[in-house]
Amino acid sequence: MASLINRVKSKNNNIIPGFGLSMGITISMLSLIVLIPLASVLITMGGMTFHEFWANVTDKMLVSAYKVSLTCAFTAAVINGVFGVILAWILTRYDFPGRRVLDGFIELPFALPTAVAGIALTTLYSDTGWIGSIFAKVGLQISYTTIGITIAMVFIGIPFVVRSIQPVLEKLDRQCEDAAMILGASRTRIFFKVIFPEIFPAALSGFGLAFARSIGEYGSVVFIAGNIPYKTQIVPLLIMGKLEQFNYAAATSIALVMIVFAFVVLFAINIIQSQISKRAQG
Amino acid sequence: MVQDKGNKIAKYILIGLGALFIIVMLVIPLVTVLSYSLREGWKVFYDAISDPYAIDALKLTLLATVVTLIVNTFFGIFASWGLTKFKFKGKQIITTLIDIPFSISPVIAGLVFILVFGRIGWASPFLSAHHLKIVFAVPGIILATIFVTFPFVSRELIPLMQSQGNEEEEAAALMGASWLRIYRKITLPHIKWGLLYGVILCTARAMGEFGAVSVVSGHLRGKTNTLPLHVEILFNEFHLTAAFAVSSILVVMAIIILVLRNIVEVRVKKEE
Repeated sequence: MASLINRVKSKNNNIIPGFGLSMGITISMLSLIVLIPLASVLITMGGMTFHEFWANVTDKMLVSAYKVSLTCAFTAAVINGVFGVILAWILTRYDFPGRRVLDGFIELPFALPTAVAGIALTTLYSDTGWIGSIFAKVGLQISYTTIGITIAMVFIGIPFVVRSIQPVLEKLDRQCEDAAMILGASRTRIFFKVIFPEIFPAALSGFGLAFARSIGEYGSVVFIAGNIPYKTQIVPLLIMGKLEQFNYAAATSIALVMIVFAFVVLFAINIIQSQISKRAQG
Repeated sequence: MVQDKGNKIAKYILIGLGALFIIVMLVIPLVTVLSYSLREGWKVFYDAISDPYAIDALKLTLLATVVTLIVNTFFGIFASWGLTKFKFKGKQIITTLIDIPFSISPVIAGLVFILVFGRIGWASPFLSAHHLKIVFAVPGIILATIFVTFPFVSRELIPLMQSQGNEEEEAAALMGASWLRIYRKITLPHIKWGLLYGVILCTARAMGEFGAVSVVSGHLRGKTNTLPLHVEILFNEFHLTAAFAVSSILVVMAIIILVLRNIVEVRVKKEE
């Protein structure tokens, strides 16, 4: 029987039916819904000289939007990196009342529509909002500033970091920690010398995912940003602005820059993740 | 294991920090939505959610979500079958291509459909010849929603089916079972919770999608307004209470999805 299976396999590659059907459907749907529409970006770019493209993507307003998007997304990802490690740690290592609820809440930014998150954060952190009014007393404005943008990006980014680190912490072999403890290492020392090196690639990958998502995010950021030129304009908002002026060439040029940037970040994450799986196997 | 006092203090500090972060960043915004929606009483709340435009928006959101679920579940079933049961060249490339919508800004997802079907789009002469309208109309909204949630179902199923192997399906195929029979009798019972999990995640994203839909909608009230877009309009017109009242419908839907997700997640882990 086994030899029969092998013989059929080597001839047909596989005896399981449905290859033609399933790959036919997969490739046609993928092409129709994702690849062909996406190729329109390149088709539109084809009608543009490099000079025009360059002028579009180095526009003064746009350069300041790159700065806002990058600095806010980076700051938010760093904050998420720190709290992501803490949250993943307490959720996997400690048992306390409400742990399950806390764990469930991590997923909220995935489930809550971004526009709802956006208006809630804007109202909450405005000068009259519950949290914003506290900071307004010391003269710190949050909504309609880069601080507000960063907070919205922290909101949408946190699940990425926690969910990247959690499985690694769960699988981590505790013997090394116990050994280090018996040898007299302090808790802090064990964390930084034994545990941290293990979860670092996962944390970095979560950091990258949160960063990439924050750069492209629109709904939860657009309300709190307030769209003040040269101050709180983010890159996706400028694409929206160009579309409203029917300037499709400029919108497409900015889109291309964002797509390339997102691919570079994801490519870096893939390299990190392949190293994680190598480490897990070796 | 050795337990000392410093250890315990560290534990409580860390739990406190984590809980504080979750409360300030996630719980309070949620409470804000609910409390603002009711701050002018039940009557205003009820008027806002029973407004004809809000009902139309809810209907469109449900329509777009249901169509998206059907399309993406159909795709997910076939893609996961083709990509886990067979060995062939280029498999990794297809898997990567399916994930593209995850890495693209929702605004760009909307933009690409404007570039295809919009006034300057290459499909525009064909559309106007046949009096079809896709962008700034309902089909565009549905297409954009399908695009941004495209990988959700297949992405849940592929790792699950990979971990389960092919032996049972091979045996059934040798005995002459058809594809449909193998899928119904063998594969589906093993992956049903994983499938449901993917569908739940897809629902959450589809009903809340804002950026992509905003680009292709044209914001026609009563026609191309989804619930999140309706929230935006109300908020920008300073109808704060109404904006939060309509939001609270979405919040309730999000909470139901979160609870379902947590229940189903436990079952998926068993399937693995």
